[in-house]
Amino acid sequence: MLNKDTYDVVIIGSGPGGLAAAVAAKKAGAEDVLVIERDTELGGILLQCIHNGFGAEIFHEDLPGPSYAQRYIDESLELGVDTLLDTIVLEVTPGRKLYVSSKQHGFFEINARAIVLAMGCRERTRAMIQIPGMRPAGVYTAGTAQRFVNIEGKMPGEKVVILGSGDIGMIMARRLTFEGAKVERVCEILPFLSGLTRNYVQCLHDFDIPLLFQHTVKFIYGKNRVEAVKTVAVDDKWNFVPGSEEIIPCDTLLLSVGLIPENELSRQAGVEIDPITGGPYVDESRQTNVPGIFAAGNVVHVYDLADWVTLAGYEAGKGAAKYAMALRASEVDRIPVLAGNNVHHVVPQTINKSSLEDEEIELQLRVRTPVEERVMIEVHDGQNQIARRLARYARPGEMNTITLKPKNFADVEKASSITVDVNPR
Amino acid sequence: MVEKRRIICISCPVGCELDVTLDEGKIVEVEGNSCKLGLDYAEQEIFDPRRMVASTVRVKNGFHPLVPVYTEKPVPKPKIFEVLAELRNIELEAPVAVNDVVIENVLDTGINIIASRDMPKG
Repeated sequence: MLNKDTYDVVIIGSGPGGLAAAVAAKKAGAEDVLVIERDTELGGILLQCIHNGFGAEIFHEDLPGPSYAQRYIDESLELGVDTLLDTIVLEVTPGRKLYVSSKQHGFFEINARAIVLAMGCRERTRAMIQIPGMRPAGVYTAGTAQRFVNIEGKMPGEKVVILGSGDIGMIMARRLTFEGAKVERVCEILPFLSGLTRNYVQCLHDFDIPLLFQHTVKFIYGKNRVEAVKTVAVDDKWNFVPGSEEIIPCDTLLLSVGLIPENELSRQAGVEIDPITGGPYVDESRQTNVPGIFAAGNVVHVYDLADWVTLAGYEAGKGAAKYAMALRASEVDRIPVLAGNNVHHVVPQTINKSSLEDEEIELQLRVRTPVEERVMIEVHDGQNQIARRLARYARPGEMNTITLKPKNFADVEKASSITVDVNPR
Repeated sequence: MVEKRRIICISCPVGCELDVTLDEGKIVEVEGNSCKLGLDYAEQEIFDPRRMVASTVRVKNGFHPLVPVYTEKPVPKPKIFEVLAELRNIELEAPVAVNDVVIENVLDTGINIIASRDMPKG
């Protein structure tokens, strides 16, 4: 369980954006940093991206996803970042309270001085692109298939058609080929590649996997399991070209048709979403419209390189640390003003110590019982007197005041609270 | 005899299209590259094409049933499937640490295959 109920920076998600934010927040001076991850280990989707191509920007090396993640996992833990695994954030409030739940600890709350949203993105599904046909098993998003093959050790099928030329789709074409499947073809509705050219070369071209531009899947066949798909050519307006249909026997259809920033939690927190990117509006420190809530990585807009997500995470982590530490300083600066002997109440109830540096603060109070002789109105910190004033009498019906002056600042600065007493002389 | 070959450089995400002119089996001109990496890539790709290979191997008593691995350096393209077959023949025992050598000098290429993450006991 957590040692604290309040953290300087809480990061939701431990992919490249979240881990970079954690590292940067620590380095920027945040003391208590927590990463919450819904999976059972840190690293996010990098862990299933076992192919090379990560780290060129940051490390000038060609690393696989898990190695890239491992560096940030190790660094976060060395810096003393706290982690909560297998834990889901149910809600984030605009006041930066998080409601979370885990199998191990049940339901609990965490307060954050700053939050970094790093939930990444989700894959577009069959339902979202509305492919007609029957509803057999064997239709997967490319990333789901990637998790099956690379982490769980299960093959999704043997004869595969891939819709969409996104990077994960092309990488899965090669990966499934490596594991003995036959990838019949990749169809792309656009007249150009939606992933990186180097992935076309080393994932499709190297293994003679046909890529058909301006082609899509028109129908899915199969009672229990996918048995075939009907592909069709489209024109520039995505109209089907009559007579171009082909039935491709297969047992699996993978979809690599786009990624969407994952912002359910952001919306609940009152974060405004840009309809163009699907992610929050952010400033240069990656702060959203809600003060103290930052966002970085694919949750903001979909990147094509993890290295750039890391760089965005650094900015958000730095911004969040700065915000949290300023807030923490203001919390230390603010102390309560307590009603002591024979005092019913004092207004203001709290003061910011630093305001006393250059202006007076008048404390207004009312006594509980009348004292018809001279009284001393005293302000102290529990041990030492800070200010006092003589009054001829004190009556509940007549408000009293005592003023703290800039010359009292040195004494007030040391106090964690101040108390006002009204004592007989 | 002069021969023209078109290849796509995969040294970085830009993916330049290179037009390579060969004369008597030697490269005499490379066009289309935007940096020096393209020249090296053309030389390599024409005479000894190589690729990084990443896959998984089985692991006993691990947190997951597989551990991801990769070749430290690119291996000759014609050997990719032989490398994968080698990986299918082995099984590791957890714990495995990142950069642990899984196969040394695979198929006498002088290249090691290493683990790409820690795999603690399950």
